[in-house]
Amino acid sequence: MIKAVPKPLEEIIELIKDLHKVLVVGCDGCVTVCEAGGLKEVGVLSSSLRLNFTQANQRMEIDDTTLTRQCDKEYLDQLKDRIDAYDAVVSLACGCGVQYLVERYPDKVVYPGVDTCFMGVDLERGVYAERCQACGKCILADTGGICPIARCSKRMLNGPCGGSEKGKCEVNSEIDCGWHLIYERLKTLGQLDRFEHPVAPKDWATSRDGGPRKIVREDLRI
Amino acid sequence: MRLQYPSNIEIIKIPCSGKVDILHLLTAFEQGADGVIVAGCMEGDCHYQVGNLRARQRVQRVKEILDKVGLNGGRVEMFNLSAGMGTRFAEISREISARILELGPSPIKTAREKADRPIMEVAE
Amino acid sequence: MSTTSPSRLEKILAAGHLAVTSEVGPPRSCDGSVIEHKANLIKDHVDAVNVTDNQTSVTRMCSLAACIRLKLMGLEPVLQMVTRDRNRIALQSDILGAASFGICNILCLTGDHQHFGDHANAVNVFDLDSTQLLQTARMMRDEGRLLGGHQFEHRPQVFIGAAANPFADPFEIRIPRLAKKVAAGAQFIQTQCIYNLEKFKLWLKLGRDRGLHEKVAIFAGITPMKNVGMARYMKNRVPGIEVPDEIVKRIGGVPKERQAEEGIKLAIEQIQELKEEEGVRGFHIMAIEWEEKVPEIIERAGLYPRPQIG
Repeated sequence: MIKAVPKPLEEIIELIKDLHKVLVVGCDGCVTVCEAGGLKEVGVLSSSLRLNFTQANQRMEIDDTTLTRQCDKEYLDQLKDRIDAYDAVVSLACGCGVQYLVERYPDKVVYPGVDTCFMGVDLERGVYAERCQACGKCILADTGGICPIARCSKRMLNGPCGGSEKGKCEVNSEIDCGWHLIYERLKTLGQLDRFEHPVAPKDWATSRDGGPRKIVREDLRI
Repeated sequence: MRLQYPSNIEIIKIPCSGKVDILHLLTAFEQGADGVIVAGCMEGDCHYQVGNLRARQRVQRVKEILDKVGLNGGRVEMFNLSAGMGTRFAEISREISARILELGPSPIKTAREKADRPIMEVAE
Repeated sequence: MSTTSPSRLEKILAAGHLAVTSEVGPPRSCDGSVIEHKANLIKDHVDAVNVTDNQTSVTRMCSLAACIRLKLMGLEPVLQMVTRDRNRIALQSDILGAASFGICNILCLTGDHQHFGDHANAVNVFDLDSTQLLQTARMMRDEGRLLGGHQFEHRPQVFIGAAANPFADPFEIRIPRLAKKVAAGAQFIQTQCIYNLEKFKLWLKLGRDRGLHEKVAIFAGITPMKNVGMARYMKNRVPGIEVPDEIVKRIGGVPKERQAEEGIKLAIEQIQELKEEEGVRGFHIMAIEWEEKVPEIIERAGLYPRPQIG
């Protein structure tokens, strides 16, 4: 899922400090799973903001709500009767949700409340790791199910580089060398022959490099 | 054993300190508490394994929030005590109570008292 | 052995000589005289001069411009190209530009991550990796074609090289990786600095067992130690470099004022020993900010005078 981290409280305080009525909107999707922007985090942020402005004797109303998703119009519509009452919205959804909220309510000021980081997995509670870069053309079948684009710091398709040491990346020893993992996996699978075959330059047109992307699935449309 | 602890402390019983959530602590401050003490079991003695460790982390997080919102993180504190440590409980209560008296009343309480109308409504 | 380019380096190798290369690092300014000065120190003692490409991700005068300066001095440059900073459009364009100036040796590298350098907050490109850059250069030369498909007449006549690090982990990947680069078009290989000779010899032997030494000219990488501090730094801080304890002890075992001489002696002994190894076709001497010592090392190692060819 998408992984995000809460923005520092002071950053959000700075964004809304001149306003008087703000709605904090959470999302039950990915940001709930990574505990950055779900019901609980919305509650903590709202309470913290109220404490901040109350102790400063500043007139400020903070309300909150959490939607099933912010990347779907249907759920964003649920705000339509109340959103006008607010000077601004702080959305704790990922960057997609924040933008879709803006698209649905084009005259409303919307601030992001989280920093959206990457697509990844939960290694354990509170520890998330990147696994996919959404290049648009999956090569996992060729690399033993481990993606060099997401997991090699230089996204090499013919790795590892000379900086790999004891299975760790040259960037820092916290990062596993993606190509070391691929090599070990290919060995386990008995597919080491793949390792020696030079992989040709990749077509990055399906990745971000091709411009903002859009999927049209005719089979799903009515 | 009749031990004295400050009468300005209101005891809220919970099954495990791990039940204490960040939101509970923040709500207490929103409702005007001058300080909060979380008393959990001794570390290693949690009936639910890590309830008291979780509580400690949450208290730490609330301290950081209080510092950022101008309330002073010193207003919340966590202690580990066993059921047999009544004397220590009374001692801690006096200690923290004195510390909070020194910090003065919560600015939330004073701000709310000053305001013409309630600034916010806290759900029951 | 037929040659693929006007490269003097290639001809020297084809004639069966041990080749010698060294390198100069461009300055962190536009002072071209720095390159000329460094090159003048070594020009009579080497067959070609590598010019590094923003090495360790520190921004410097571009490798191509510095190579052109060497070319104008009548020297033979080896254009180092990393894929970190430029996409396939820029890399191919640079190969064409280099070839237009008669720069006919290129060394294809992926490059250090920008995290090491002076612009850690920069975007990285890595559109291609070193292996793919080798494939690309070979295709441009042999097929007169760009990656995008465009066919052209005047092909870049280039002698194509790559780097290899026999010491990176895991060791067992190193020969398959060398084979991969050879399959992608590498004609010469310059290795990482060698300090663990036994491991290097094992790597070479495993390469020989697969006949790779006949397909690619391997240059042993030699870097003289200036003092024990450098030995320790290389041992502990530089990823992918292996410095055995004996070497640190040996350099540290002599008084400070004699450590530099000890480092040079060590480099010379290494060259003497590796000269005898089947599959070592040359030496690449990387004297980091110590270019003035290169002639002495080459002379004392018995690699001087250099053969006069083409």
